[in-house]
Amino acid sequence: MDILKLIYDPFGSIGEGLRGLLTQLLVQSLGLPDWTVTLIMLIAGAGFLVAVATVTMMFLTWLERKVIARMQDRLGPNRAGLYGILQPVADMVKLFTKEDITPSGADRVIYNLSPMLVVLPSLLVFAVVPFANHVIISDLSIGFLYIVAIGSTSTIALLMGGWGSNNKYALLGGMRAVAQFVSYEIPQVLSVVGVLLLTGSLSLGRIVYAQNYVWFAAFQPVAFIIFLLASVSEANRTPFDLPEAESEIIAGYHVEYSGIKFALYFLAEYINTFAISVFATTIFLGGWQGPYLPGWGALLPDWLWFLLKSYAVVFVMIWMRGTLPRLRIDQLMNLAWKALVPLALVNLLLTGVGLSVMQVFGWKLNDFTVFPSLAVFLVLNVLMGAGFLAVFKPAHLPKRKVVLVSRSRAFEVTTTFTGR
Amino acid sequence: MLGDYAGVGILLAIALTVPIGGYLIAFLLRPKRPYALKKQTYECGLETAGDTWVQFKIQYYIFALVFVVFDIETVFIYPWAVAYQQVGLFALAEMIVFIGILFMGLAYAWRKGALEWI
Repeated sequence: MDILKLIYDPFGSIGEGLRGLLTQLLVQSLGLPDWTVTLIMLIAGAGFLVAVATVTMMFLTWLERKVIARMQDRLGPNRAGLYGILQPVADMVKLFTKEDITPSGADRVIYNLSPMLVVLPSLLVFAVVPFANHVIISDLSIGFLYIVAIGSTSTIALLMGGWGSNNKYALLGGMRAVAQFVSYEIPQVLSVVGVLLLTGSLSLGRIVYAQNYVWFAAFQPVAFIIFLLASVSEANRTPFDLPEAESEIIAGYHVEYSGIKFALYFLAEYINTFAISVFATTIFLGGWQGPYLPGWGALLPDWLWFLLKSYAVVFVMIWMRGTLPRLRIDQLMNLAWKALVPLALVNLLLTGVGLSVMQVFGWKLNDFTVFPSLAVFLVLNVLMGAGFLAVFKPAHLPKRKVVLVSRSRAFEVTTTFTGR
Repeated sequence: MLGDYAGVGILLAIALTVPIGGYLIAFLLRPKRPYALKKQTYECGLETAGDTWVQFKIQYYIFALVFVVFDIETVFIYPWAVAYQQVGLFALAEMIVFIGILFMGLAYAWRKGALEWI
């Protein structure tokens, strides 16, 4: 029985045990006030979270290389350990022992501060995420706003790195990072408003509880896609990795960084990747909630559902990287401002309409009247998707036609644009 | 209320140990043999020409302006979204007007060519 409880609710059982022990030790024996126990519990939780995030990052680097390799019909890392699972450890040892080169003429303070600052926001955003039932560092009432606010500060660190390196490519990369972030913040923030309307709260804990019956991805499929695209873009991942496009500007803002500073940039990038999948899971895919049998309980432990869903989203992101080529910068901006922002605004309006329908009939999210409301939302979303595809039909977009000018100048190829 | 942020502060303190600890371990382990050639700006083997910190044509400053408008508008939309279920149909009518104005603003910026990457 105790083993089962430990498997199903490890954080709860260990936390209770620790709290009991600390209360006995600190409050009853030493006579310290109660809040010291809470403080030590919080420190333990935060330390555990940071440790898990770092290990997750190492695992993700291995997973991404392995999955991409399989998609490209290669083997990927397979030397260090079983299936190359120890490759990240070898990489870490290598990065720790690499010489740290500060280019002459760099702005030393900004240059050295940037890798530190870029890691902090990516770790801090996890403070408001419920990893399982009641397992959360602090369930702020403004949870999602906190994520947006903290998450956006990493852009400043990227610009600092690009500016401080005294390298033109790095500066270009930093500038691109800001431009891209500025453009994709809007659709990301607007797409979540639909969910906020349905729950009436910004707290991620409440958002997960509201998905007791149906995931919000079913209520808001269009918003889910917008959120995923905008978030992938904000994390600078392929196909939106223009700020660090290797073939155009070498590596963007981290051209000049080596050793541990380079490692910190990658730590931030992979933790951001995981953070995105965690937010997508929490906001749209029901968080830690999984199917349960009446009278028997959950099929799998909360934390396992959470991990399964998060890694499913991570896999989709790796899949996107393996499939899609990088966008051009003007295509990137067009996608954000001319497609995603109007679509997110329309989604916001239609969600308001759908919610009014729910209110008129007295339908709720947390009983069986959720299903007629789901039908209303699905109809609205299908209409919205069809309308979007009708307006932004690929036939309306400029087509590129490659024309061979003459045989004698066989390598001179002009491009002509038709349509528009 | 403010006590909720204690967790955030503690997480910040713990998170700071990751980069600082990393810097410290790397400082102890790494070799240090700098010379002038190694510290040159890396531009794929070519010597860098001119200064990096020159006046830069920021192509996206108009995007930044539109961004500021939309970002402030989200400040209005979030409280509206949270309060929507209490306010009822009035909130819907109000938001249709608000988003209508936003749409007109976006259409104006689009028409004026502010959304073209130059």
